[in-house]
Amino acid sequence: MKLQQNSLLALYSLVEFAGDPMRHISAAEISQKYQVSPHHLAKVLAELARAGIVQSVRGVGGGYRFAANARRLTLLDVISRFEDVGSGTTERSGRTPADRALSTVLTEIDEISKATLKSVTLATLLRLSQQKATAAEQAPAQGEASQ
Amino acid sequence: MSRRKVVRADAAPAVAQRSELAIRPVRRGDLEAVIAIDTQVTGLEKRDYWRSVYRRYGESATTASAQFLVAESGGEVVGFVIGEVRDWEFGAPPCGWVFAIDVRPDARLAGIGTRLLESICAGFRRAGVRKVRTMLASDNTLILSFFRSQGMMAGRFIPLEMDLEE
Repeated sequence: MKLQQNSLLALYSLVEFAGDPMRHISAAEISQKYQVSPHHLAKVLAELARAGIVQSVRGVGGGYRFAANARRLTLLDVISRFEDVGSGTTERSGRTPADRALSTVLTEIDEISKATLKSVTLATLLRLSQQKATAAEQAPAQGEASQ
Repeated sequence: MSRRKVVRADAAPAVAQRSELAIRPVRRGDLEAVIAIDTQVTGLEKRDYWRSVYRRYGESATTASAQFLVAESGGEVVGFVIGEVRDWEFGAPPCGWVFAIDVRPDARLAGIGTRLLESICAGFRRAGVRKVRTMLASDNTLILSFFRSQGMMAGRFIPLEMDLEE
């Protein structure tokens, strides 16, 4: 499964916000970290703010901060604001028996994808992200130790 | 696309704030509370089923390999977990299977499910296994999210089913 750029930007940003919920993080800081266009990111953050997932803070030291519940906000909640998840597989359904058969199989894949995205909360994604960071930090150390 | 407003935060549950939590093997006197929790959550009372589960896993039958544990807070049973070690099922080396876990709705979000899962996993470790599995309906988002929050990921098995014709 491949996510659209806006969905990815939203999830990257939310990992940053939820990882440090008290801090106001600027769009520039995120765009620099993930090397993405600030203009593009601003549109994504505006959508997240409209949804009440982040809060925009104006003025000196302003930026955005996390405003949702990371233990309840799922990846599907976020992604579905930017794209229709699993909507492309039934377009050809019904034309021929082969179409219908293929549609059944592709729908099964869509349903599994949706169930997965709906069951992973931002808190779980954040924990996974932190585990990956720890593993990446330890990997060079282990490499050095074995030399 | 959804434009639903995301609402923040859940209130801290009263039950968990009230007293210490204990995780222990089930007793016969706990069965009514377990049945009540399951009925409240699923909307279906399964009295005979729970009696048979108790006979199989309850009290004297509870070991590190077959566990029926309850969470008790303030003298009340507020949750339960059941599981067992299964050997070479689906061709897999022995592993722990969690096949039931639930927490009374008014006691949720206080870490009781986490404590129950930790306890049953500790038992599985004592029984010598190093992997735990479970299976649940793909639309059971709440429990799926719970297991994922505990570090569980999709395993290497895919459940398949079909309707049997008359």
